[in-house]
Parts: sequence; structure tokens; C-alpha cells
Amino acid sequence: MEKFKITDLDLYYGTFKALIKVNLTIEANQITAFIGPSGCGKSTLLKSLNRMNDLIEGCRIDGNVLLDGEDIYGNIDVNLLRKRVGMVFQKPNPFPMSIYDNVAYGPRTHGIHSKIKLDEIVETSLRNAAIWDELKDRLKKSALGISGGQQQRLCIARALAVQPEVLLMDEPTSALDPISTSKIEDLISELKERYTIIIVTHNMQQAVRISDKTAFFLLGQVIEYDTTENIFSNPRQKETEDYITGRFG
Amino acid sequence: MSTSKKTVINNNKKLTSKSKDPVSLILRILVWCAAALTIMILFVIIGYILYKGIPNLSLDLFDLEYNTQNVSLMPALINTVIMTILSITIAVPLGIFSAIYLTEYARRGSRLVKIVRITAETLSGIPSIIYGLFGLLFFVTTLHWGFSMLAGGFTLSIMILPLIMRTTEEALHAVPDSYREGSYGLGAGKMRTVFTIVLPSATPGILAGVILAIGRIVGETAALIYTSGTVADIPDSLLSSGRTLSVHMYALSSEGLFMDKAYATAVVLIILVILLNRISSYTAGKISKS
Repeated sequence: MEKFKITDLDLYYGTFKALIKVNLTIEANQITAFIGPSGCGKSTLLKSLNRMNDLIEGCRIDGNVLLDGEDIYGNIDVNLLRKRVGMVFQKPNPFPMSIYDNVAYGPRTHGIHSKIKLDEIVETSLRNAAIWDELKDRLKKSALGISGGQQQRLCIARALAVQPEVLLMDEPTSALDPISTSKIEDLISELKERYTIIIVTHNMQQAVRISDKTAFFLLGQVIEYDTTENIFSNPRQKETEDYITGRFG
Repeated sequence: MSTSKKTVINNNKKLTSKSKDPVSLILRILVWCAAALTIMILFVIIGYILYKGIPNLSLDLFDLEYNTQNVSLMPALINTVIMTILSITIAVPLGIFSAIYLTEYARRGSRLVKIVRITAETLSGIPSIIYGLFGLLFFVTTLHWGFSMLAGGFTLSIMILPLIMRTTEEALHAVPDSYREGSYGLGAGKMRTVFTIVLPSATPGILAGVILAIGRIVGETAALIYTSGTVADIPDSLLSSGRTLSVHMYALSSEGLFMDKAYATAVVLIILVILLNRISSYTAGKISKS
């Protein structure tokens, strides 16, 4: 089943064309990885999937992005879109409030105020993010006091708490140590049963380890999009081969 | 074999040999003198006021009613509190909301933002006597409020508005964009993001600005003499005249009859101002920690 269908997407930052004629179909309940050198447009494409690029001045879009058949650049409620398409950022960005309030922020935003329900959501979300056992005794403590790896898993829990369908992850482990990274990779693999996950990564081994499909970007274009196995063992394009064998990038 | 010569820096000097460069010595002395002088001036002023003022402090200075026997500063102290509350209630919401508009809602770098910012900066550079004259012409005369606490409060709130706007703007700018992104990413709208994430994170900075503004209100004379007048009693209503501590001091020393009492009043005023400054830097320190 296809979740996102991107057709002929062009994206401009002012006069600079950051994405050129992108065509991609992203399958539900799979992990799709975006790889490519810095500045190739992979994060830009990720951000255009929940319209976070609306926040960037001078950003303009041509083409179509369909989420379950609905054009997300049409006349839609952006807040509702972002509830369905959650996001985890490159640097862990917990809010300066308690761990509990961090996770409860999303549900409260969407109108849940009953204490019993919130308690339940906070616990399930933290459990799903595999961090409940570490944090259950300090839910009322500030989220800024936990380690970077824990903060990132907290941010994943926070994103899960609004019950999204898709999780966008923008290099979620690039600021973390190897142990935290492997914990988060395990978590991502577990989450794919319930969510569609799109992950931008600089780390090709990471793409191999966790993703089902991989798109390789270069200078704003999708050069190749295939199953991860094919991309890494049997690339069809020369640029892809050069990149994955480390000849540039 | 390479034949290129290398530039060698002379490393033969002993580590213990101190540089005897005369320029650096002179500079060091100058810097030291400037620091010593600044600290000395501050201590001399405070010391002088304490020396002249403390012996003149007496209980009847704090009587509720002013007369020429007790020269009480109590009405002025109470007026200062009223004036502060009045100006702050007018200026703080206005300043905070306009700063929110400028940083969160207006398009970054738009003409309007630039104009408002230049206006605010110009306003903060205007001498307070000009505010006083404006208040006299507009609030006192044109609006027929007469010399009153209300006219003084409005004049002062115009005066501190740029200060509050600027500090609030800075505090809002200091909130990392990642907080905003995180909030939008969860499907929160602009309003919710600004009021539940951005504003609480900026509160210590805003508070520091407000306390700074209170310091200016407490220390202000020129803008008040022509607007809230110099009556030395607690006013019956906001439309009556009343003098604040600073105006009280100005009146005492310009009359020249109660110089001793003026010094005693100065002690109270200076303690008040130092206290406010300490609170301000304490809260400012709290932001940088978080």
C-alpha cells in the first residue's frame, strides 16, 4: 500500500532550485531511507512531507505530494497533517519542561486533558520508545537533565504520543554515541510494524541495517530508488555506485 | 632531499623570563587605574550618601502623613509603588505583545519590523524631560487630567515601553528555533507554540527587562515633575497629584530647607535601587544557566 506519492516535485529556496522533478512512492509500514551527500536535498524533501518547510522564508513548491491520495499542498489543515506525519529532528529538542509534560504536550495540543488518559498515553509512548524503564521514576524531572540518547528517545516518544501514521526522522542519530545509536536503530526497526518511517541518514551502514528501500539523492534529484538490497549490492547508476563505494560524498 | 629553508622562531628564552615590553606595562597600568577609579567612584558616592544620610534616619521619617516637622518620605514611598504598578500594568502587556508580534508573527526583515525597531530605538534615546513635556502637553493639558498619578503613569509607560519591547524581543530571539520546530512538528499551531513553549522559555529574560524598567521608574524625576506634580501626600485617586521618592528628593534639595532629610531619603532610595538591580541580575543569571 502506498502512503506518499510524490509527483514532479520542484522546490525553490528563493531562486535556488533545491529539488528537481522528484518522483517517489513511499510504501506504508516500511522504512525508507534517504541517502546522499550534504546539500543534496534529502532533508528538504523530508521536510516537505509534513510542510515543515512552510517555516522557511522564500520556500516555494511545484508539483504534488499525496498522502493517502490527498494533496497535502491543497486546502488542508497543516496542524492535522503534522499530527498524522510526525517528525524527529537531527538534534534532540525536548522542551524545557518535565519529561511527562514533554510527552503530554502533543495530546494536550489535540484536546486530550483527562489525567487518566494522559497518564496512559505517556506510559505507552515511553514504552514504545523503549525508554519507560529508564525514566518512569523521574517523569516529573526536567527533560533537559537526561542524556542526549535518552533525550532523542524521549523525542521519539513525544512524536508517538500524538499517534501519527508516518514518522519522519532527520538524521536522528547523528548527534549520538554508538550505543545510543544502536538503541534507536533497534527501536526504529520495531516501530515499522505500526508506522511508516522515512529516515534521512548520512550513515550508509545505518541505511543498510534498518531500511527496506533506499533513495539516493544528488544535487536535488533522485538518482536511484530501489530496495535497499539492490541499491547497495547492485546499483544501476554510476553515481550511486561511486557514492556507496566512497568515491565521493 | 628538500633544500627549502625554514623560518625558525627563537625558542631559547627561558619560560620564567617575563616580557619587559614597555607598551604592555603602560597599558596594564592604565587598565588597572581605570578599574580602580570606577570602583572608587561608586564606593565614594554610596559611602558619602550613607555617611550623610544614616545619622538623619529617624522613625518619624516614616510617618504616614507629610508635614514640615517630620518631612516624612512615607507618602512618596507609597506613591512610588503606585506609580510603578500603574506604569508597569500599562507598558508590560503592550511591550510584550508588540515584541511577540515583531519576532513571531511579522515576516522576518520586513519593512514594518524595521520601522518599529528604529522607532523604538529612537524613543529609548530621548531624554526623559522631553517625555515630561509631552506628558504635560498631552495628558495634563489636552486630556485635562491635570497633574495626576494617571498622567505620570502614562508618561512613564511610554518611556519604558521601548526598553520592555527590546528586552522581550531579545529574550524571544534567544529561545532556540528547535523548540518552535518541535512544537509545530507535533501539530501545534502558532498561538499554542508561542504561548506554551516560546513565552515560558523567555520569561526570565522578560522579567529581567521588567525589573530594569522598574528601576527606571523609581529613579525618574524629570518626566514626573511636569506630569504627576509634587504634592507630598498619598493621592485620593489616580487623578490627584503625588510625588514619588525621586521627585521628593528633588523637591527637598531644591528647597534647600531639609538637606539632612534629603540625604536620609537618598539612603532609602539607593537601597531600593540596589535591591532592584540585584534582583534583575539574579534573574538574568538564571536565564543564562538554563
